[in-house]
Amino acid sequence: MNIVALSGSRVGSKTRTAIDYTANTIKDKYADHNFTLIDLADYDIQFSDGRNYLEYDGDTGYVTQTIMEADAIIIGTPIFQASIPATLKNIFDLLPVNAFRDKVVSMLATAGSPKHYLILENQLKPILGYMKAQIVQSYVFIEEEDFQRKEIINHDVLFRIERLVEDTVVLTQTYQRIREEEDAKYDF
Amino acid sequence: MEQFRINPNNGLEFGLYTLGDHLPNPQTGERISAEQRIHEIIELAQLAEQAGIDFFSVGESHQEYFTTQAHTVVLSAIAQATEKIKISSSSTIISTLDPVRAYEDFATLDLISKGRAEIVAGRASRVGNFDLLGYSLRDYEELYEEKFDLLLQINENEIVNWEGQYRAPLRNAKVLPRPKDGSLPIWRAVGGTPASARKAGYAGVPMYLAHLGGPATVFKRSIDAYRDALQGSGYDPADFPVSTAGFFYAAETSQQALKELYPHINEGMKKTNGQGFPKQHFAQGADPRDVMNIGSPQEIIEKILYQHELFGHQRYIAQMDFGGMPFDQLKRNIDIIGTEILPAIKKHTAKG
Repeated sequence: MNIVALSGSRVGSKTRTAIDYTANTIKDKYADHNFTLIDLADYDIQFSDGRNYLEYDGDTGYVTQTIMEADAIIIGTPIFQASIPATLKNIFDLLPVNAFRDKVVSMLATAGSPKHYLILENQLKPILGYMKAQIVQSYVFIEEEDFQRKEIINHDVLFRIERLVEDTVVLTQTYQRIREEEDAKYDF
Repeated sequence: MEQFRINPNNGLEFGLYTLGDHLPNPQTGERISAEQRIHEIIELAQLAEQAGIDFFSVGESHQEYFTTQAHTVVLSAIAQATEKIKISSSSTIISTLDPVRAYEDFATLDLISKGRAEIVAGRASRVGNFDLLGYSLRDYEELYEEKFDLLLQINENEIVNWEGQYRAPLRNAKVLPRPKDGSLPIWRAVGGTPASARKAGYAGVPMYLAHLGGPATVFKRSIDAYRDALQGSGYDPADFPVSTAGFFYAAETSQQALKELYPHINEGMKKTNGQGFPKQHFAQGADPRDVMNIGSPQEIIEKILYQHELFGHQRYIAQMDFGGMPFDQLKRNIDIIGTEILPAIKKHTAKG
């Protein structure tokens, strides 16, 4: 299984910190899977101009192709201006409409205010659903006070991240197994 | 219809098209050479002619896994190798060509083939040609509209005065040679949606409608939209032919057909489009209501006749060589078309 963790912002450090914890959980518990961490702050990605994702080169081509080859994607995002950052939306715009078909996508958010809790529910989930993702319904919402100098100090958040990783992997394996069984029935 | 060399009394025309893709055969993992692929395309056109197929066309895609970038050159070899089959592009990406040069090529092709050449002009669904040929994707729509319009003007007038944004002006320009009968059938390539189909209607040109899969009734909406736009623009829809184009594969049973075709479509699309074809959707392709003509010869005959009743179209163009399909399987399909499918379709659709 190819697992990708995507840190969706070029601003700040909290989302990357949370994704690092997520990455460590994956490496500890699921070392036999292929894992790639993509932090959008490390890449120079162009805005979507409508072409097929295979036709981008450089960082844009690498990131879109890595995501398309994933079976499971864990998206980490901050909340900016009551929404997801443009860097993350641009990734969706770069991909085909059915990009997440046969993929499981899960989410974690870092936010400066508890008022942002439903942003993922109202804004990110509809995008993932439109792109045909199987969504892990529960997400991890992490607030300012859970961090201290690039560490997560709230143990409950750490437990929730562990559960998110586990749910993502279990759901991906389950869907893969179901799909294999169903595809086998077609006999072609 | 006559202007587009279509005689409705002859019934539904049956054609073959190739995108000119050059993909490995997923069953063996091997890919034939570009030389062999091009020769097989030429031979396919010859075999199609021998089987009584009406039309053969070749696509233009400028990127990896394709081999007929110079599609007019391939078509001219086909023109020389055949005698009566109609030949065309599918599609010529007019946006990134000079319409004058494109017209010169096709008019010459028409003379070589003694009046058998047509143009299907499209906007490109794979856009590798823009970078390669020095155009900006931002001009995608305008490039096409302007150049398609110029192509039509050259077709209609021997002397052209023209000015536009993307090409030097033409002053009393004579575009030569002229086609055998003075003009060529020029079709607008449409990618399936009603919005796209309407544009062919506004332009008052025949429509070439590509369809991947899905219920035939969905594509009927596009054909209705096209005819509605024709009418609204002052044309008579009865004067304009419609052709549809999509996947085709015949075998003894539909199960066998799905089995032999699926890996080619799925693996081929992964390489050229970046995503495979879900089995669930593909299985629905065998349904009598689906527009994909995959199945036993009898099932395909019924499907094509059903589509003809629904669409009232003049030409159906089958794509069966995608994704490294071995040549002997193509030959077997041509055999089935010639001996079983074509006679039945002509019998049911030809008048008198």
